[in-house]
Amino acid sequence: MAKRIDVSGLTAYYGSHKAIEDISMTVEPRSVTAFIGPSGCGKSTFLRTLNRMHEVTPGGRVEGKVLLDDEDLYGNGIDPVAVRRTIGMVFQRPNPFPTMSIFDNVAAGLKLNGNYKKSELGDIVERSLKGANLWNEVKDRLNKPGSGLSGGQQQRLCIARAIAVEPQVLLMDEPCSALDPISTLAIEDLIGELKERFTIVIVTHNMQQAARVSDRTAFFNLSAVGQPGRLIEIDDTERIFSNPSVQATEDYISGRFG
Amino acid sequence: MSNAPVTRKHASTLRGGSLPKWSPWAIAAGSLAVGAGVSLAAGLDSKVQWGLIAAILFVLGTYVIAARVEGRRQAKDRVATSMVWVCFIVAVVPLVSLIWETVERGVKVFDAYFLSHSMGVVADAETGGGIYHAIIGTLEQVGIASLIAVPIGVLTAIYLVEYGRGKLAKAVTFFVDVMTGIPSIVAGLFVLSFWILILDMGYSGFAGAMALSILMMPVVVRSTEEMLKLVPNELREASLALGVPKWRTILKVVLPTSIGGITTGVMLAVARITGETAPVLLLVWGTGFINNNPFDGPQASLPLYIYQQYAAGTPASVDRAWAAALALILFVMILNMGARAIARWKAPKAGR
Repeated sequence: MAKRIDVSGLTAYYGSHKAIEDISMTVEPRSVTAFIGPSGCGKSTFLRTLNRMHEVTPGGRVEGKVLLDDEDLYGNGIDPVAVRRTIGMVFQRPNPFPTMSIFDNVAAGLKLNGNYKKSELGDIVERSLKGANLWNEVKDRLNKPGSGLSGGQQQRLCIARAIAVEPQVLLMDEPCSALDPISTLAIEDLIGELKERFTIVIVTHNMQQAARVSDRTAFFNLSAVGQPGRLIEIDDTERIFSNPSVQATEDYISGRFG
Repeated sequence: MSNAPVTRKHASTLRGGSLPKWSPWAIAAGSLAVGAGVSLAAGLDSKVQWGLIAAILFVLGTYVIAARVEGRRQAKDRVATSMVWVCFIVAVVPLVSLIWETVERGVKVFDAYFLSHSMGVVADAETGGGIYHAIIGTLEQVGIASLIAVPIGVLTAIYLVEYGRGKLAKAVTFFVDVMTGIPSIVAGLFVLSFWILILDMGYSGFAGAMALSILMMPVVVRSTEEMLKLVPNELREASLALGVPKWRTILKVVLPTSIGGITTGVMLAVARITGETAPVLLLVWGTGFINNNPFDGPQASLPLYIYQQYAAGTPASVDRAWAAALALILFVMILNMGARAIARWKAPKAGR
């Protein structure tokens, strides 16, 4: 199921603006990797390069390699649509489809692609909602619109939607920043369960959250406003938060800067 | 003694004088009365002048009274409110009087017979006759025009919003802007010279429909474009991140989310071309007989019928013109209400 990601020498642009420069790292399978760093340092941009969502933005382009188990996502003949089916994504703000019911939202990835068996759909939806710890809350109103749920429920609905297509990797872009502490806790617990099956990469502004949920942590920074963001270091979360090898990381974590 | 004014001033910073709730009505009534009095004294005949004088008195009176009692800031607020009301009434009075006039004159001959008979064997001066042939013509011409203009317009808007980058998109936007400004008679002349004079086709409902579709297309493009832009980008990204191809994302996520607004825009465009007379006059020619075939021979249409009956000038035909005008207003109103119903029915639901 879960796959390893190897990034080497990755640089991403918005038009002529260089957003991140020369990033290399390895994301281990069946683990949670957290990205931390100040606003505007390119964490989200880097995350979006991992499933080729970066190029959806007008002018977005990428140089370098992203290997998914030895296959270059930016190689010739790679279909971005197939990449996104393999590497799912959860966004900062919950974004269920407003025209669809809860059931259809979870089934959206399968239904919109047209490759599903009707008989299996119910099982997949139930399994995904259970996987996202939402089943008990919504099982009696699967036909109601998804936009009627609370923010935390909507975000878990989006996670259910993302895991329904059985991706190998799940990218999460600040999934809890719009949520209250209780919903955040629910999602953090969920991340702990999901990492048994998926490779998870999470961007977060909340360092306690990174410390709680992740196995490895990457610190990004930019030397000045307008300069491209860079990866400062990546290491086991415990080491990053207790004894980082770069001074800038320690300054950021201890709140002396940023 | 020396302390008393200070305390009073302190109390008045939060509590000022205020006019009673009925004061706007009183000022309105007062300015109407004064306006009428002034106009009578000056010997003005036009009721429009009476109304304008009263409106100016209302705004000025509001300011003066409010400034004395409440202070200048509140007075400005009240003047803004009163101006909004005056503008509202100025806008509504012609509309209501138009509908009133049309209904009053239109109901005289407006009945089932009128709706179900043509003018085939009725002379202009005779009573009787009806608009059945004109309704058929309008329905067919507007229907064909919509069949041509709506797909092209919606697809153009999808191109501009979802795909269009660079020079081609700018050129398309520019030409849509230009098309918005085409007078209907020019669209009619264009089709006349191309279809009837160069290709030597005869007058037909279809020729009229082509001119109407030229008028309709930019309206459809514009309104659809605005509606598509309202769809949050997050929804597109959510769909793309699920591995859904772009065209399916547009078809299954973007369009369903905006279909209510698109329908409203299309209906407004339909309402706009339903009232067009000039291209129909040039290209469909008009007839008193029922012609169910829009591709062959002259047809009638409601606006053209109104024009011809009114131009004929006999009492019977003028009655018919007013009744047809009433039918046209009802037709457009029903379309608009249908559009609203569809928009409400299709709008994203937020219930729990």
